[in-house]
Amino acid sequence: MTKTYLEHTKEIIMNMGPQHPSTHGVLRIKLWLDGETVVKSEPIIGYLHRGIEKLAEYRTYTQFMPITDRLDYVSAASNNLAWVQAVEKLMGIEVPRRADFIRVIITELMRIANHLVWLGTQANDIGAVTVLLYCFREREEILDIFEMFCGARLTLNAFRIGGLANDIPPGFKEKVKNFIERFPKYIDDYERLLSENRIWLQRTKNVGIITAEEAIDLGLSGPSLRASGVKWDIRKSNPYAVYDELEFDIPTGEVGDVYDRYKVRIEEMRQSVRIIKQALEMMPEGEIRAKVPRIIKPPPGEVYHSIEAPKGELGFYIVSDGSTMPYRVKIRAPSFVNLQALSKMIEGHLVADIVAIIGSIDIVLGEVDR
Amino acid sequence: MNIFIDYILIPIIKIFIVITFVFVAVLILIWIERRFQGFVQSRLGPNRVGPQGILQSVADALKLLTKEDVVPHQVDKFIFNLSPVIAFVTALVVFAFIPFGTEFAIFGKKISLYLADLNVGLLFIIGFNSIGVFGIILGGWAAKSKYPLLGSLRSASQMISYEVALIMSLVSVLFFTHSLSLVEIVKAQQEMKVWFGFIQPVALFIFFVAGVAESNRLPFDLPEAESELVGGFHTEYSGMKFAFYFVAEFAHVLFFSALVTILFFGGWLRPFPNVNWLSFLDYIPPVFWFLGKLAFFVFLFMWMRATWPRYRYDQLEMISWKWLIPLALANIFITGFIVILVK
Amino acid sequence: MNNQNEKKELPENYEKIVNKINSIFSTAIIEKKFDRGELTLTVKPEFLIPVAEFLKEESELKFNFLSDICAVHFPKEKKFEVVYNLYSIPYHHRLRLKVRINEGESVTSLTRVWSTANWLEREVYDMSGITFDGHPDLKRILLSDDWEGHPLRKDYPLSGEEK
Repeated sequence: MTKTYLEHTKEIIMNMGPQHPSTHGVLRIKLWLDGETVVKSEPIIGYLHRGIEKLAEYRTYTQFMPITDRLDYVSAASNNLAWVQAVEKLMGIEVPRRADFIRVIITELMRIANHLVWLGTQANDIGAVTVLLYCFREREEILDIFEMFCGARLTLNAFRIGGLANDIPPGFKEKVKNFIERFPKYIDDYERLLSENRIWLQRTKNVGIITAEEAIDLGLSGPSLRASGVKWDIRKSNPYAVYDELEFDIPTGEVGDVYDRYKVRIEEMRQSVRIIKQALEMMPEGEIRAKVPRIIKPPPGEVYHSIEAPKGELGFYIVSDGSTMPYRVKIRAPSFVNLQALSKMIEGHLVADIVAIIGSIDIVLGEVDR
Repeated sequence: MNIFIDYILIPIIKIFIVITFVFVAVLILIWIERRFQGFVQSRLGPNRVGPQGILQSVADALKLLTKEDVVPHQVDKFIFNLSPVIAFVTALVVFAFIPFGTEFAIFGKKISLYLADLNVGLLFIIGFNSIGVFGIILGGWAAKSKYPLLGSLRSASQMISYEVALIMSLVSVLFFTHSLSLVEIVKAQQEMKVWFGFIQPVALFIFFVAGVAESNRLPFDLPEAESELVGGFHTEYSGMKFAFYFVAEFAHVLFFSALVTILFFGGWLRPFPNVNWLSFLDYIPPVFWFLGKLAFFVFLFMWMRATWPRYRYDQLEMISWKWLIPLALANIFITGFIVILVK
Repeated sequence: MNNQNEKKELPENYEKIVNKINSIFSTAIIEKKFDRGELTLTVKPEFLIPVAEFLKEESELKFNFLSDICAVHFPKEKKFEVVYNLYSIPYHHRLRLKVRINEGESVTSLTRVWSTANWLEREVYDMSGITFDGHPDLKRILLSDDWEGHPLRKDYPLSGEEK
């Protein structure tokens, strides 16, 4: 309780969210503030919980695919890829090469689209409102490409167990090539607006620092972990699809602050362009779907398969009892685990920094709450 | 009869004109900002209401007038109602002292293009404008809720810091004018045949930055930053009271642009008065030069808003106390030194 | 669970992992399985913390990243399996650690080995009702605090329990 004002000031407990213009979804953060400095914080989640893991036990493996779209709805194709590859691992199916290349192209385009949303919203939160609109303008072009491929813009349901549903339509390759030839110039535009801007540097450098040991201990993965200096990318360390045949670099940061995370993601966009270019050239002719039984009944067993989603390590742990529906599905969502690190990152910072830090971890509540 | 015309009729007409000018200018400003920001962001702004959307602000004003005035039950009602009024009135009253041009004659009567010309005009204007800070502080406090309170505290500290920088940058201008009257300041620039902006670039820079901070515009708009504190000090306000704050902010933009024009860019004087072959420009009434320069600085305000992120409030304070004020002080000393040497 | 694949030969590096553990904790491993390219070890619950710490610290194993914790319910045998998916960032290898408990029993919390276990175990508690001894703040995470029941148990209906 309060003593006299001179001796003891009480901390105020402030609540941010769940409805707030910049918490990127229904996230509630309870803050213990000393003036404007955060002493302690506690994220409270679960506002978007839809019981997806329970639902999986009552759907067949194919029926569950559109539901995976709704996990990380900003980068839906990555969720599709993780699920479809986990089931293929469970069943021992090998996917034809052409399908793998197309999957890589779609997934990398999705990575670019995801990072564009991240950049736009992060810049908007810090005040550079124009960058938001520029990023979404580019994202529109990518969504048009997706619509050409599978008919949907956001929740793609792009892949099928064993390969793809349809081959790429005529004109698809040219459209993608056209886009990736123009896109690096746009990245330069965003960098010109932000990377050297003194205000941006002051808002992002040395803000929200997390060291490599703390990050690994907390389970942080993806660009946030690489910004702290840990050179780990599942596409390189445990390659899946055709990533072992493609050449690309893994950008890392040094300090692990908001600026480093920003730089890492910008560079990742450039590397994705590089991957897509190679994949377009190396794509062979051939089948797009392996011979898969009509009714998918994996032999009993379990599998854990993870991919490098744009936000981190996205993993599916599937237990099969030999029937058409999985016995248990556990989704290792990167945003859920990354959000744990938030408390550590905002300790000692001002309220104004919280928004910048939440943006830099890049969370999506669909994934956090499932 | 003369007394009636001189002291009652003409001032009333002038008051009417000034208030109308400020309101219309604010409405147009809002429209321009939304359109301009839209074009920068690769989209159209509002373009449906009226030709090119020019009546959008009128529609917004009507909407705010007819909106329900939500008053949370825990507020301090008197101060809650008073604060927007303070902000609004102080933002408007200062326009009484801004001179728009030289005198001209109608029906044999000499009419001056300003409402009043105090010989301590500059001091009075800045002082009165500072009272507007109370409108923000009290508004945030009266709402008795944490977000507005934080917003108003931030705003108070921001405005106090930048007031000091503002006034210090003015002092170096005063070395050349020997008067605080705004009309005299413009006349001094006419006599010296050079605009103060060219001989006092540092003061101009400091004044402009401080002006942006005083009017709570990006990159210094943290007190009302939507993404951080929902609405800052005006979170709990709705309807006409919110409109008062909104209009006050734009009136500030107009006000500081006007001050920059008068103090540093010759007010209503035309550029290049010495060049003879440009003397046809004399036919343009001075008031248009004033408005043109005013428009340029308002455009600068908007351009910054569309481009830059916002500063965190402690970095904001640091800029003022660590950089602007020492710079202004150094400027005063150097200017004074040079003036004494030249004389 | 089906043990048909236990007859497969382990690749060399996985064999090394098993041997290393056996050399220190001779009775810890109840079951080992290598299936679909993944190694799964089931250990006795009382050996969970020592084995976990060993796996994390041992220089040639270095499982410093806990990917996921999950619980699977087997109502017929009245058992739960708590599954820990581990990964080593320096060596790029994976390991699955399992602990089998009866319904109603609790497991020691791994928060002091890997901090990420904090939220992961809270979710297991929330969804399956398994308590973790030594957890600093074991409360529900996804459902509201006053929710009754644990949805991912097999006896919890899909459409929720009627009140």
